[in-house]
Amino acid sequence: MTYTADHPPLPETPDQLRARIPGWGADLDHADRPAFPRERFDPAASGAHWDFPDRQPEHVPRERSIEHGMLPPVFGTAQPLHGVSGAVRRYAYRRFGEGRSAHWLLLIGADRIDATGAHLRSFATLRPDNPVTETGVLSEARRHGWSSRVGRHRADVKHQWLDPVVVAGPWVVAGALGWAALRAVRKRRS
Amino acid sequence: MQAMVYRGPYKIRVEEKDVPRIEHPNDAIIKVTLAAICGSDLHLYHGLMPDTRVGHTFGHEFIGVVHEVGSSVQNLQVGDRVMVPFNIYCGSCFYCARGLYSNCHNVNPNATAVGGIYGYSHTTGGYDGGQAEYVRVPFADVGPAKIPEWLSDEDAVLCTDALATGYFGAQLADIEQGDVVAVFGAGPVGLYAAASAWLMGAGRVIVIDHLDYRLEKARTFAHAETRNFAEFDDIVVEMKKTTGWLGADRVIDAAGAEADGNFRQVLTGTKLKLQGGSPVALNWAIDSVRKGGTVSVVGAYGPVPNMVKFGDALNKGLTIRGNQTPTKRQWPRLLSHIQNGYLNPSGIVTHRIPLEHIAEGYHMFSAKLDGCIKTLVEPGA
Repeated sequence: MTYTADHPPLPETPDQLRARIPGWGADLDHADRPAFPRERFDPAASGAHWDFPDRQPEHVPRERSIEHGMLPPVFGTAQPLHGVSGAVRRYAYRRFGEGRSAHWLLLIGADRIDATGAHLRSFATLRPDNPVTETGVLSEARRHGWSSRVGRHRADVKHQWLDPVVVAGPWVVAGALGWAALRAVRKRRS
Repeated sequence: MQAMVYRGPYKIRVEEKDVPRIEHPNDAIIKVTLAAICGSDLHLYHGLMPDTRVGHTFGHEFIGVVHEVGSSVQNLQVGDRVMVPFNIYCGSCFYCARGLYSNCHNVNPNATAVGGIYGYSHTTGGYDGGQAEYVRVPFADVGPAKIPEWLSDEDAVLCTDALATGYFGAQLADIEQGDVVAVFGAGPVGLYAAASAWLMGAGRVIVIDHLDYRLEKARTFAHAETRNFAEFDDIVVEMKKTTGWLGADRVIDAAGAEADGNFRQVLTGTKLKLQGGSPVALNWAIDSVRKGGTVSVVGAYGPVPNMVKFGDALNKGLTIRGNQTPTKRQWPRLLSHIQNGYLNPSGIVTHRIPLEHIAEGYHMFSAKLDGCIKTLVEPGA
């Protein structure tokens, strides 16, 4: 027991566990586990046939963490920086290291600017954003939304009402502010 | 090609995109035959991961057929059926030379604290992912491997992250014969971690979650005891009580940033994004493990600071171990365990959906509807 030297007793012996659970104890030996030791110097093990990889061409300037000494040789080229969100992201990368909360909070802020801009731009296209199809909320009916939640002792039911607030809230607040601003302008003119 | 794209928090859709092209001599282009939605994709979906850009294609669990290879690729040929580890890595940097493939320093300009991951925001390198018909795979001679003929597509795709990460989580816990192992989170990684803990000689495995259908799976699939934390006033006290007031010897946090159970942490962590996720499971792990024990963290968290009970971790003399999984190092053993019938990856798959229905798939997974545990995605279905 805890207050004496022995480990609290276990409900089953190794033999019982071996009989009940396929493969019980197959990896008992720490030294025979796949990532042991965690660091094992063996450059040939990866299959790389280079000491340093060829450099991927940098067709447009690539943002990078200031904690890097140089641009790594290979990088993703998806969604290059653009517009206001791109400027904020560029500033976050250029000004703050990864240890600074400002770095990450600016990037999250830029994400919201990016999303807002994309939503607004979509209204000028033949495929505007559709919150019904894009949130997948129709699966509530098809995938038993009610019976999956009610009477199930689920902890998340207590806060799932926040999700629509988090998603739609900024739009509602922006709309209300816009409406208030419009009314104020009208009042001043009249 | 068709690809899932991010439109902002909680919003995704399928769009036409250009087929990716070779950008480096050791690139390959893979035609995706099967992908999966990972629990950590929900962090992106919920807008939790910094620098998740509109237009980004998620998906770091996928298999496929080689469609095109770059000029320096030696090990793969067009038409090969391959599984691709979720890590992008060069194989030759300081870290890769030591087997730390998930910590590669040559593939992610955007951050040094994390390596490269497919479809996981620009914070992990800005690579589009595999919830699409085609995907660019850098370092084709290093990451992907040909799928053995005997291995099913379902089992193969689950080896690319979830199974490897669950097994790695058990490994990080440093389990000794007879240890009491607690696993927080009965999602795919938690279920695999629980099943793997037995292979390493656990004497008792307890899985904690709040979703009864997942706990049922923990009992039948992973042979584990279970606790629904929503039924206890304080799950930490229950963990002490059930372990003879000692605490578990090893605890695995397989929940990560979306963990439930504390409104303040959920509000600030997952809803308002003021933390890198809600560290409820991690704090429970720290408080539930015995003094001198090990906490293994394979649940993913974002880079924003978290409210973690580090004082307890210090005072209890804990060893806390975590990492993204160096997936390919796990594969030979995992394949052997699958062949021997010790692990059954596809036993947790609950849904298969075509790519065009992926928005509903994400909502179903996020809201935990319809008994969803693991959803596979079929591009071109």
